[in-house]
Amino acid sequence: MKYRNPLSIARGLGSSKDGLGHWWMQRLTAIALVPLVFWFALSIIALAGQDRAHVLTWMQSPFHGVVLSLFLVTSLYHANLGLQAVFEDYIQARWLQLSSRITAGFAAVFLGFTGVFALLRLVFGG
Amino acid sequence: MHKFLLPMNSRVVKGKTWAAAEGGTNLRKFHIYRWDPDTPDQPRMDTYEVDMDKCGPMLLHALIKIKDEIDPTLTFRRSCREGICGSCSMNINGANTLACTQNLSDLAPGDVTINPLPHMSVVKDLVPDMTHFYAQYQSIKPWMQTQSPAPPDKERLQSPEDRKKLDGLYECILCACCSTSCPSYWWNGERYLGPAILLQAQRWLLDSRDEATGERLDDLNDPFRLFRCDTILNCTRVCPKGLNPAKAIVDIKRQLLDRQI
Repeated sequence: MKYRNPLSIARGLGSSKDGLGHWWMQRLTAIALVPLVFWFALSIIALAGQDRAHVLTWMQSPFHGVVLSLFLVTSLYHANLGLQAVFEDYIQARWLQLSSRITAGFAAVFLGFTGVFALLRLVFGG
Repeated sequence: MHKFLLPMNSRVVKGKTWAAAEGGTNLRKFHIYRWDPDTPDQPRMDTYEVDMDKCGPMLLHALIKIKDEIDPTLTFRRSCREGICGSCSMNINGANTLACTQNLSDLAPGDVTINPLPHMSVVKDLVPDMTHFYAQYQSIKPWMQTQSPAPPDKERLQSPEDRKKLDGLYECILCACCSTSCPSYWWNGERYLGPAILLQAQRWLLDSRDEATGERLDDLNDPFRLFRCDTILNCTRVCPKGLNPAKAIVDIKRQLLDRQI
């Protein structure tokens, strides 16, 4: 390290030529989530205290079913992108940073598939 | 992995108090970070009393007065004393700025606390190690790169409109006030270029005479080099030249988007 040229350290492994995609998707999903969160909050308020049959009917309407699955997938995707940025910012230990990212990614995919499966089962299975 | 105590040289202890050289009635206290690499001692905060009736208006005047009249071992960088060389950048009452352009009367009344630029290795007292910062500057190739041969009989011309685009960028003096105020640069300074270097990168991206814009953008498109900027805006708030590095960074991201979408 002592004998390594400072420029060589600064240049490191070079540019990964990637990073715009993450940044752009974070913004796109953020924009998409503005109406989705608004819709979700209003729906929860409207559905509060209703019985199962009522909620099921609401869910089975094509509009609400589709938007609910969109909200589920978009919010998990956005959360995963955000967590990735947090891990990159704050975790210095390489192994921990990488394993945190992998765990968060797997968790997001697992939760997304579980949520969509549950929704499909409720909507089509009654 | 996680250290719960700061390393030895990061624990600052209480230092000496130095009385004003010739007494005086209008005294102001300056608490200054001291660390000498040639002794095994911990860093300490020394307190200097300065007679404000016999001191110039700027913070640099007070530092020079302390060095001249009270303690010649106090070490700091300074050169132009007019905010153009960027040598005397330091952390004054919690904010990075240039000692030479910081008017003492603009500071909150009372004691003044002076530290070296945050999160840099300290060479001695208020002198930070700028090696990596300068190497990062060199890594963005801050010079004109061209494919076409230079005109044989004259310089490469630039229209006044194109020259105007460099306003707000070319004035940067590389004092590192912005970069060392940026939490992203603190946490990932080894790989994140930081606001100062990215503002300089934008200065070359925008130069109408430069012919390497694409390669420059390729080199910046990286999760760590560029995208660690979370628009915290400390950079823009502290810049002693009144520049806006955060805007320069957003403009780089926009250019990356422009060529892809």
